[in-house]
Amino acid sequence: MLEFLDPFLKTFETGTGFWNPLVWATALVIAFLAMYILRGFGNKQFKTGTEQTKAFLSGNPEYEKQQMHIKGSNMYWGFTESLGWLFHQLKKMHTGNVSDYVLWFVIVLAVLLLVVGGI
Amino acid sequence: MNTIDFLLMHAPALIVATPLLGAFLTPLFGKVHARLRSGFVLLIVLLTCLLVGLLSYDIFITGGIHTYVFGAQDLTLPVVRILFEVDAMSMFMALISVILALVAVIYSWAYMKDNTGLDKFYTLVLLMTTGMLGMELTGDMFNFFVFLEITSIASCALIAFWTNKGKSVEAGFKYIVISTIGALFVLFAIALLYGQYNALNIAVLANAIQFTFVDRIALVLLVAALAMKAGIVPMHMWLPDAYGRSPAPVTIILVGATQASLYGVFRVCFTLYGDVITLPQVSIGWIMVLLGLITILVGVIMALLQSDFRRLIAFGAVAEIGYMFLGVGAGLAVLGAPEMTSVGLTAMKGGIFHIMNDALDVGLLFLVAGAVYYTTRENSLDRLGGLARNMKYTTVFFIIGLLAISGIPPMNGFASKLLIYESTYQLNPVIAVIAVLSSIMLLAIFVKIFYSVFLGPALPQFHTVKESPRSMLLAMGIITMIILFFGLFPDFVLTTIVEPAVNALLGYQEYIAQVLPGGL
Amino acid sequence: MIALYNIPFLAVIGLVLVGLYAVLFRRNIIKIIIGITIIESGVNLFLITLGYREGSIAPIYTSSPGGLMAMPVPQALTLTSIVIGVAVLALMLSLAIHLFRHYGTLDAREIGGKEE
Repeated sequence: MLEFLDPFLKTFETGTGFWNPLVWATALVIAFLAMYILRGFGNKQFKTGTEQTKAFLSGNPEYEKQQMHIKGSNMYWGFTESLGWLFHQLKKMHTGNVSDYVLWFVIVLAVLLLVVGGI
Repeated sequence: MNTIDFLLMHAPALIVATPLLGAFLTPLFGKVHARLRSGFVLLIVLLTCLLVGLLSYDIFITGGIHTYVFGAQDLTLPVVRILFEVDAMSMFMALISVILALVAVIYSWAYMKDNTGLDKFYTLVLLMTTGMLGMELTGDMFNFFVFLEITSIASCALIAFWTNKGKSVEAGFKYIVISTIGALFVLFAIALLYGQYNALNIAVLANAIQFTFVDRIALVLLVAALAMKAGIVPMHMWLPDAYGRSPAPVTIILVGATQASLYGVFRVCFTLYGDVITLPQVSIGWIMVLLGLITILVGVIMALLQSDFRRLIAFGAVAEIGYMFLGVGAGLAVLGAPEMTSVGLTAMKGGIFHIMNDALDVGLLFLVAGAVYYTTRENSLDRLGGLARNMKYTTVFFIIGLLAISGIPPMNGFASKLLIYESTYQLNPVIAVIAVLSSIMLLAIFVKIFYSVFLGPALPQFHTVKESPRSMLLAMGIITMIILFFGLFPDFVLTTIVEPAVNALLGYQEYIAQVLPGGL
Repeated sequence: MIALYNIPFLAVIGLVLVGLYAVLFRRNIIKIIIGITIIESGVNLFLITLGYREGSIAPIYTSSPGGLMAMPVPQALTLTSIVIGVAVLALMLSLAIHLFRHYGTLDAREIGGKEE
């Protein structure tokens, strides 16, 4: 084929494995095509815009948008509550005070001097 | 000689001189008309891109190291002139810096349109580009310090650009305090090395270095101060403040400046101390691995708690710097052992490839965050919601950035992270386990942002929100195309750009031989 | 007499430690800025002291009256460093003026502690 395409088509090899994104992408495209053809065998007799296509709420009333909105800081609530001791410790360390930032630098400098410098 | 040869011969100096000259000519054009100034800045950045592309083609394809002597025709010994010594690693970092500068300038047309003082903004952006490129191309330690300070001063003024908001000014103040203390300790270490060996040139110092007590102190000072500027935990706390409160185009260039400091750490460890870094009493490699692991963990854990959009992405950026440090530290730790060279080489390739991938991915995420802020004027994740209906293209760009930064195939993040996972697993399985789990947590964090900002019910206050302006979409599109190209053809990028850079970093003998032929 | 020539190096260590103490343990922003300036003075003193040779004269002659001259390179480096220090000092002080106008206080702990 066209030889200038050769460097683009090689497989990426690490020492213990390989990864070829073009083969992967081709497999994905074939899978999507198969799904699309299977979808075409479905039932086409439904009326859009009526009750047949709206979300089903089991007869409950639909609330206002503001009440249904899940805020960003409420997500992963279970995670942050159960590991709360770790998160609170870390958050307290980020004080925002510039003297503390330089204090961390001096601490790391002292530790590195002890380990590498051999003082 | 023809133009191309002339340009190639003078390219290292022209790459630094073009943005410097452009920076000081920008206010003149700004007095005439605003559009003329924007066009002039874009022209300067495109010229710099062209020069960097020309020089990188020469260095990557034909190989070799270019030196440029300031103030003389040829290099005479003993070395008394300031040298620019450009090898493949410098060119790799210069490519990243210039792509980020180009994208930032295109993005800032629409983003900074309503601000006053844009003359000073563009002057400072070009000065910051000069500083970054100078840090990456130079072969002289004191010159490195001067460009480091140029970058810090320009960055601080840009971070505090919105002086009407107290938070931005405070972030700029913290940044300049941290930067100045770091730079002063770097100067102290340079003075120590000068006092020992009477030389400021990196190649001459590398030739003469022994591992005395004073050299050890200089190594520790250099690594600690430059690592603080690069954002390694526990000295990282300035990074979320600075990245989260500055204008979005400034943040994307600031990513490049942070990585130029990381390049400084690698240059010091591999080239300046190349002869002595493999001695058994030096354990810098394992320290770098440990610091990298802590950085990844703290970055990812703190990111889960934030509710401010850009501050959360900044903590993600901290975690990504940990990956780079981990990869290169693993390569440094096994440098002396001959039976682990393939493992070390793979780890270093992963770490250095990740520098470019991370700059692009985090840059794209910050650009999307800036676009959301520009159209809705909201910063907090609690008050945003349901924006995918109004901003379709921005949502697609955010999905691509999300997949890329958490290392999902087929994006470029997967290619570099796969190299890091596989090589560090052979070093110690715990490292690879922590790295993989943190990637999954990064995916969780960015899915949190995606759900709370783009999905969800259509809130009534965002009915009038329109799509982002076209110049912002163009900037995001440029980065996305590069990300997709790197993701679909990783082997091409690896053999053309990353392997010469790793070989140049490990081959300090060629670096010395370019300046001191025959190795005095 | 060897100990006499080591006094500038001891002064450097002292200046850097005093400067670090001011940055780490003082809450007023102006005092933090002064601490940074003291560290910078210490590093500049270190650079100049490195160039001294015993019994030398100043390296400012083109036709010198003979004898040893002190090294001129550290003096050039120190000039550059002083200029950079002045620029950084001007930037930090102007930021301090902005901070006082916004927050009404110069206490680093209070300014840093306010989230949003």
